[in-house]
Amino acid sequence: MPMDSRLLHDLKKLLGPRGVLHEPEDLMLYEYDGSVEVARPDCVVFPRATAEVVEIVRLASRHKVPLVGRGTGTGLSGGAIARHGGIITSFARMNRIVEIDAENQRATVQPGVVNSDLSVAVEHLGLHFAPDPSSQKACTIGGNVSENSGGPHTLAYGVTVNHVLSLEIVLPSGELMRLGSPALDPPGYDLTGLFVGSEGTFGLVTEITVKLTRNPEAVKTLLAVFDSVDDATETVAEITARGITPAACEMLDGWTIRAVEDYVHAGFPLDCAAILLIEVDGLREVAEAEAKDVADVCALHHAREVRVARDARERDLLWKGRKNAFGAAGRLAPSYYTQDGVIPRTKLPATLRGIGEISKKYGLQIGNVFHAGDGNLHPIILFDERNEQQFRDTIRAGDEIIEFCIQMGGSITGEHGVGMEKDRLMPLLFSEADLDLMRRVRDVFNPTGMLNPGKILPISKGCGEIYVRPRPALAPPSA
Amino acid sequence: MAATGPVSGFSGADKPEYADYSRCVHCGLCLNHCPTYRLWGQEADSPRGRIRQMQLVDEGRLELGEGFVTHIDRCLDCRACETACPSGVEYGKLVEVARAQIEQHYQRSLASRVARDFVYRWLLPHPRRIAAAARVLRVYQRTGLAAFARGTGILKLLGLQDRERLLPKIDTDFFFGDLGRTFPARGPRRARVAFFAGCVAQVTFSELNRATIRVLQANGGEVVVPAGQTCCGALPAHAGVRDVARDLARANFEAFPAIDFDAIVTNAAGCGSTLKEYMHLFPAADPAHEQAAQFTIKIRDVSEFLADLGLTAPLREVPLRVTYQDSCHLAHGQKIREAPRKLIRAVPGVELIEMKLADQCCGSAGVYNVTETEASLELLALKMDSARGTKAQAIVTANPGCILQLRAGAAIHDTGQEVLHVVELLDRALQRA
Repeated sequence: MPMDSRLLHDLKKLLGPRGVLHEPEDLMLYEYDGSVEVARPDCVVFPRATAEVVEIVRLASRHKVPLVGRGTGTGLSGGAIARHGGIITSFARMNRIVEIDAENQRATVQPGVVNSDLSVAVEHLGLHFAPDPSSQKACTIGGNVSENSGGPHTLAYGVTVNHVLSLEIVLPSGELMRLGSPALDPPGYDLTGLFVGSEGTFGLVTEITVKLTRNPEAVKTLLAVFDSVDDATETVAEITARGITPAACEMLDGWTIRAVEDYVHAGFPLDCAAILLIEVDGLREVAEAEAKDVADVCALHHAREVRVARDARERDLLWKGRKNAFGAAGRLAPSYYTQDGVIPRTKLPATLRGIGEISKKYGLQIGNVFHAGDGNLHPIILFDERNEQQFRDTIRAGDEIIEFCIQMGGSITGEHGVGMEKDRLMPLLFSEADLDLMRRVRDVFNPTGMLNPGKILPISKGCGEIYVRPRPALAPPSA
Repeated sequence: MAATGPVSGFSGADKPEYADYSRCVHCGLCLNHCPTYRLWGQEADSPRGRIRQMQLVDEGRLELGEGFVTHIDRCLDCRACETACPSGVEYGKLVEVARAQIEQHYQRSLASRVARDFVYRWLLPHPRRIAAAARVLRVYQRTGLAAFARGTGILKLLGLQDRERLLPKIDTDFFFGDLGRTFPARGPRRARVAFFAGCVAQVTFSELNRATIRVLQANGGEVVVPAGQTCCGALPAHAGVRDVARDLARANFEAFPAIDFDAIVTNAAGCGSTLKEYMHLFPAADPAHEQAAQFTIKIRDVSEFLADLGLTAPLREVPLRVTYQDSCHLAHGQKIREAPRKLIRAVPGVELIEMKLADQCCGSAGVYNVTETEASLELLALKMDSARGTKAQAIVTANPGCILQLRAGAAIHDTGQEVLHVVELLDRALQRA
C-alpha cells in the first residue's frame, strides 16, 4: 500500500528528507527484527525530538495510518514490525542521555539510548541499569519499556517495570502525558506499571526516567558442570529451596555449550550434558558464604566440576557465552526460532524431557538455554528457511512446546513479549472475558487501534484466524 | 523447465555466497557497534542491513544500483561487527566481495572511475610511481606553497582545510633505500624476521619503519627487508579491485620465501590483516591458495610478535600519560587487543588510561577519510572527544592510517596530544637507554 502523498509530504516537511524513508529498497530493511516475523512498513520516520513525535502521531491519526515504534530491532516477537503496514517511528536518533542524577540514583534518557550504553555512562559512579537482556549491547531502553524486558539478573533484581520511575508518552490523540513520578511510589493508579510491557499499543514513549542500581560490593560467578540435565535442574530447585536467591541462575544444555564455546572460548567443557551459571552478590561476606553454599548444593547433585570466576575478565567471558547463545546458533544452521516459555522451576526436568520428545517427533535440533532460576525457558529450534516444510514444522514444534509449558502450569512468554508471534496463542492462557478486559484497557489509551495493530490481542473474538506466516527469507535463485 | 522467478544480481567469481551471508541470523547485536549506524541510525548503514541488501541482490529482489552501492561504499570495513557477532559472520569477507561485484557490474561516474583507476591500478602497485608522486607532493609541502595556500585562505574557501590536514607529511629520506638490507640483531639473535615495509608508508612513515627495525634489533631480532616486496593489496582488496590485490599477493609470495624466516613482521594493522587473509583472495582449487596458506602463517603484527617474543632490551623511563586507540584491523581484523597494551605498560614511567569506546573506528579506514570525508570527520570528532577525556598527553595506536587521522584530529580539535605508534613509544624508551 503506497503512502498517501499528502502525508508523505507533511512528514518530509516536518523531519526533512533525511528523516523519512519510503523507497521499497529502504523499507525492505525494516520488515524484520530479531524474530522470524516479516512485514513491510510503508514508511519509516526518524524523529529527533519529542515535539516531532507529537506531530508524527497527529499526522498518522489524521490519516488513520498505523504507527509502530522501533528501537534497534532486536526483538524476538515481532513487536517492532509493522504487521499491517503504516509508519515505523524509529527512535535511533533520539538516543541522548538527558540527565544522570547520581545522588538520587536515577537517570532520564531518550528512548533510543542503548541499554548497556547507560550502564557504561554511569560505571564511574558505581551504578548500573539493572535490566540486562542478552541483547543489552544493542537493544534500546525504549524497547525494554515496551516489552518489559528481563534478563539473567531478573531473578534478583526484577524486570524493566521494577526500574522505571516515570515516562513521557504521546497518546494517539497527540496528547503529551507524563506517567509516574521521579519520586518512589506515587499515589493513584500505577499507570507506569500498566504502560510498561504494553508493546507499543498504548502510546509512543519519548522519555524515560529509570532507577540506577548500586553495584554490589562483591560478585561471585560460579560455573557448575553436570553430566546429566536432571542433576542440573534438581540443583536449581534445591538452591532456591534452601532460601538462597542468586542474582542469576542460568542453564545451558550441552548442545548449546558446544555452539557457544566455538565463539567465546570461555573454557566451557564440550562433553557435558549441562552447565549452570550461578551468580551471587551482595556484601563480601554474604556473597562468599552463599557461593560456598551453592557450590555445596552443586556437589551434592553430582556436579563434575564447580569453578568460580577468578576475576572480572573471567566473569565477563562466562557471561559472554550465555548472552550470545542465541546468535551462536547461526553457526549451526541458517536460521533459528527462539521460544520463550515459562514453567514453575520444579517442573524443569519434566519440561526438558517433553522438549526432547518434541525435538524427536519433528526431527528438529533443539538447544536449551534457560533462566533456570525463574523457570523461563528459551528453546532454540534450528531450521533452514529454504525448506518450507521444515519452517512450518519449526513453528508447530514451537507451539507444542508452549502448549506443554501451559500444561505444566506455566505461560506462553517470559520476556520476549507476545507481539505478532503469539497473539494467536493468547486464548490458550486467557478466557474471552480476560481478553476483553485487556481490550477495554487498551481502548482507553488507543481507542482506534492505530498503535501497533495486530499485536498482543488476537485480532477478533473467537474467530480462529488462520495466520500463514511468510517465510523469513527466500532462497537465492539458482543463478 | 524454463527458469522463472528472479535472477541474482551477482554473477561471476568473487560474490557474496549464501553459505557466508546466511550465517547472519539478524539478531541485531552488531548495530550499536557499527560506527555508521551510530552516526545515522539507519538499518541500511548497519552491518545487518548491509548483509540483508547483499541477500536481496542475490535473491534478485534488489537492484545492484545506486542505493546498494551507496550503502556498501559507506561501510568503513572496520569489522567491529565481527567482534560483536555471535554467529561468526565474516563480514569483512562479505563486504569485499560485494564491492568486487560492484566493481564488475556497476558503472561509476567518470570522475570516480578515473580516480579509482589512478589509485588502485596505476599508483599503488608501482613503488616507483609512489616515489615520484611523493616527490611532487613534497615540493608542494616544502616550497612554501602549502603555507601560502593555508595563509591566503584558499583552502578554506574551497572547503579543503580539513582535508589538507589529513595529508601525510612526505619524508625527506624515503624508506625505499633500505629495501634489500639486513639489520643484525643487537646481542644474541633470538629470531630472524622479514620486515614488511608497506607502500605509501615508505614515503610517509620511513621513520616509523626504521624505529620498528631498531626495536626488533634491540630485542634480539635479525631483520631482513626483502627487496622484491610490494604493496600488500589491502586498499585494492577493500575497494573490490581483486585482480590487482591478487597480483600483489603473488609478488609478495615470491619476495618473502616464508621458510627462511621465523616471522614476517608488519607495523601496519591494515596490511597485517590483509596479509593474514590472503587465502580469501584465491579459491581453494587455485595453487596460489596453498602458497597463501604457507605465507600467512608467518605474518605477525609487530605488537603481537614482540609481546610473544618478550622484551629483553633495557628500557629507560618515559614519563608520559597515554591512551591507546585500538586500530580496527588489529582489534577486529586480527583479534589482537592485549599485545599492544602489554607493550605500552612495559615502558617504565608510562601511564595507560583507557578511553571510552577505544575500539571504535577513528574514521581513517584506508581511503575512507578521502572518499567519505564528512562521515570520517564526524567519527574523528567523537574519537578526539574520548581521547581528550582521558587527559592523556599522547595517543598510541598501531596503524599508520590511524596515526595520520589522529594527528589531523589533534590539530583540528586542538587537543595538543601527540600521536605515536606502539613501536615509536618503545623506540623512545630505547634511544634514551
